[in-house]
Amino acid sequence: MKRTVPLLITALGGFVLIIAYFIPRTQGWGEIAAIWFDVLASIAFVLGGGNLIKIHLKKVSDHKSGWGYSGITLAAFIITLSIGLGKIGVNPNIQFPTHEWSGSYREIGTPFWWLYEYVFKPLTATMFAMLAFYVASAAFRAFRAKNIEAILLLGTAFIILLGRTFAGVALTAWLPEWLSGLKLENLTVIIMKVFNTAGNRAIMIGIALGIASTSLKVLLGVDRSYLGQSKE
Amino acid sequence: MYEFIKNIDRRWIFLLMFLSVSIPILLQLQFPEKATDLAYSTFDIIESLEPGSNVLLSFDFDPASEGELGPMATTFSYHCAAKGLKMYYMALWPVGPQMIDDRIDMVIHSDFPDMVYGEDYVNLGFKSGNEGVIKVIVTDFRELYTTDAYGTAFDDIPMCQDIYSVQDMDLVINVSAGYAGTKEWVQYAVTPFPDKIKMVAGCTGVQAPLLYPYIPDQLPGLLGAIKGAAEYEMLVGERYGLQDQPKYLEGIRRMGPQLVAHLLMIFLIIVGNVIFFMDKKKEGQS
Repeated sequence: MKRTVPLLITALGGFVLIIAYFIPRTQGWGEIAAIWFDVLASIAFVLGGGNLIKIHLKKVSDHKSGWGYSGITLAAFIITLSIGLGKIGVNPNIQFPTHEWSGSYREIGTPFWWLYEYVFKPLTATMFAMLAFYVASAAFRAFRAKNIEAILLLGTAFIILLGRTFAGVALTAWLPEWLSGLKLENLTVIIMKVFNTAGNRAIMIGIALGIASTSLKVLLGVDRSYLGQSKE
Repeated sequence: MYEFIKNIDRRWIFLLMFLSVSIPILLQLQFPEKATDLAYSTFDIIESLEPGSNVLLSFDFDPASEGELGPMATTFSYHCAAKGLKMYYMALWPVGPQMIDDRIDMVIHSDFPDMVYGEDYVNLGFKSGNEGVIKVIVTDFRELYTTDAYGTAFDDIPMCQDIYSVQDMDLVINVSAGYAGTKEWVQYAVTPFPDKIKMVAGCTGVQAPLLYPYIPDQLPGLLGAIKGAAEYEMLVGERYGLQDQPKYLEGIRRMGPQLVAHLLMIFLIIVGNVIFFMDKKKEGQS
């Protein structure tokens, strides 16, 4: 039962969406399935939150290595959730002044806005910005012209790196008009439009065929790995 | 010297990268931009819309990628507002609404104070479900969006009363930092309704190569990363005289540090390879 019901739901949902795509009269069925998907996606937030609490509480209680970080994660999660859900410090909406919770949690000056503006925003932006440092270090240590393929990759990288900035324009501005195709900014466009597009289209077609066969296996119940292991 | 560079502490490389980004910022280094075909087509598609046309702006990014995507989102908002288009903002990312709020504050409240919320622009907010959201609203908005981001009923918003689905939009503009984003909009909105839904997009640098296969039929306009934003800013700036407004020149300003950082990367790759070949030569000799 524990495995049969999810299998049936998966098969039903999947086949309904396939039929709805090909038969216009059944389009409404597809919409209903999609709405169910959106409802489940919203509930998944609750499930995700519960899972996060469970995993990190266990780490803290077991005093596993790095349990302090789990403590910080839990504290951040609980503080943000309480302030956001409780709409702490939010002014009521002008249309409903008697209802304390009628205001927007994103209102400027509220504790939730403060958390977003001065904690979440700088932290995530910093994490992303740090990539530049690691990429530079990796470029120095790992990008080696070891063979023909690596040399081709290296050459392409140079063209793109220069062609995507004014350096590319400045370096090849002297080329005459009949050789304009060799200007770095134009070479960049050619690489992206021709070589990249051709390669990516081939990969995408391959992936799509793979997805189609895997999906069919899942819908027909041949592949049940997504259900996890069970003794039943 | 050779040994020092060969075993260089990576903190020296970090320092070089820090300097290569911070010095151009401090010196306000700026370079002229030359718009590519994709920036022109993005600009032309928005420019060709009649005032009062409906435009859906889906801001699917977060503060992590705001440095790369924020400038183009701001310029998209300005271009639509300057053209007098009706703007329907929405987001597939949980912090997308904050990105929308920032643009509304920065562009509409500041430069178009006469625009009325609910009549000229509306913030529909975030909905969970990624491509599931697109799949539903592409045929029926009201199934998911019963209210806007502030709780006003969808049907009580004047500009929403004649909107039934994404097919009623004259253009979809998507600013995307990953999943769910431009790829999903192409697959679930543009592809099933190629005659009714038209889309242009702006994306991060790592996404751009993956979106080229959709150009030009499914995606006639694409701005790739800060370079795309700078090209688009230049076109919008020339058309609407924004050359003296720094907030609409952020992309162009950020191309300065990017140029120096790219040159540093090339320098590091060359130095790394020189050491690699010198090592090989030494090994061969011994």
